[in-house]
Amino acid sequence: MGERREIQLTVNGEAVSREVEVRWTLVDFLRHELMLTGTHVGCEHGVCGACTVLLDGRSARSCLTLAVQADGCDVTTIEGLSPKEGLSPLQQAFADHHGLQCGYCTPGVLCTLTEFLETNADPSEEEIRIALSGNLCRCTGYQGMVDAALAYVAARKSQLA
Amino acid sequence: MKPAPFSYHRPESVDDALAMLANLEDAKILAGGQSLMAMMNFRYLAPEHIIDINRIPELTEIREEGDGIRFGAMVRQRDALDSPMVQARCPLLIEALENVGHIQTRNRGTVGGSLSHLDPSAEMPAVFSALDATLHVGSARGTRDIPIADWSLGYMMPNLEPDELLVGITAPCWPKDHGYAFLEMARRHGDFAMAGAGALMTLNSDGTIARVAVALTGVDTGPVRLHDAEIALIGQLPSEAVFAAAAKSAETVAGIDDVHASAAYRQRLAVVYARRALIKAHDRTLQGRA
Ligand code: FES
Ligand code: FES
Repeated sequence: MGERREIQLTVNGEAVSREVEVRWTLVDFLRHELMLTGTHVGCEHGVCGACTVLLDGRSARSCLTLAVQADGCDVTTIEGLSPKEGLSPLQQAFADHHGLQCGYCTPGVLCTLTEFLETNADPSEEEIRIALSGNLCRCTGYQGMVDAALAYVAARKSQLA
Repeated sequence: MKPAPFSYHRPESVDDALAMLANLEDAKILAGGQSLMAMMNFRYLAPEHIIDINRIPELTEIREEGDGIRFGAMVRQRDALDSPMVQARCPLLIEALENVGHIQTRNRGTVGGSLSHLDPSAEMPAVFSALDATLHVGSARGTRDIPIADWSLGYMMPNLEPDELLVGITAPCWPKDHGYAFLEMARRHGDFAMAGAGALMTLNSDGTIARVAVALTGVDTGPVRLHDAEIALIGQLPSEAVFAAAAKSAETVAGIDDVHASAAYRQRLAVVYARRALIKAHDRTLQGRA
């Protein structure tokens, strides 16, 4: 058994206090200890983006962050981005535009886009594609995701207008 | 895979971190973790001790120093990108950072981490090379200032003793109206570059080149300055032919050969990207005047 430490953090708005092995990655902690299995593990070396979560509001690879480093931080996972019932507007746009097929990459993609769309009111298609460059998808060919993001942005703009 | 067991340390000051580095055997510094954690997950590395420097406030500052900018080693790439001071005074760094990984890796990855990891295709070392930056290194024995030209000692080998820590980087800024450009060739956006070039330029009032710097990444094991090209360009009236001739000197840089590209292809790219960076930097000096 490796070295352990007590950590306190906020996960999806709830205070969590746990003892963790210091060598655990954040994604393994989320999945195996907190049973938040919405965050997926792909490559475990920072390439695929499946494990993307929001760490203090910024998207981050949870396979490249230790759980012990999240001590005192605010973590949001796909569970935290999803309403209790139904889908969020961004999730609905993904469903409407075939932004997912098997869904393996989707939680990471949605975390990335959540941060990106919060900081960009009116991104171009090119900017959306670049934002998605850190999330690999084996199924969709990305076109559906881009369409979904553009539709979401258009709907958000018309609501504001 | 998962990291092998290690002991975790989280110093709250540089002095504490340096004391740990001096006293612990087989310790690794954990900065943004975007390379080290991947290597530990794969057990390429299994250090006995991890010294996490993510909670040392003095390492996260970006501030004006003399005619330059001093970056704490733990400045996140994302925070450098968002800094109005860096945007205004060091646009080359901004243009290069847009090519560094992806949003998620820039949110965690640090300026000092990239310089210390010293991947041959990393953008930061080439940018700081073009800027003639100075690296500030500390240890329990004292501090050293190292010119960027002396930073790379070989493949992924920075000029750092086992008990030393990179604490900051000072980059002199170029005059307000300078031209700049950073361009690279990667298969997909955010991938490791096969080759890239950064250029800086100022013009005399008669339009001739007053000052110029060109640095390459991804070609040799460390960043490369094209001093011969720079010397040849000074005093010349800019033209595409003049830039093409100067960029030719990139051909002689030793190229690395690996699965991503052959040495010959990298040398070819280096010539093309050095030329394009010079042309773009020159175009921007004109915009500054308009
Ligand atoms: S599992 Fe983290 S980036 Fe692939
Ligand atoms: S939907 Fe299958 S990997 Fe993206």
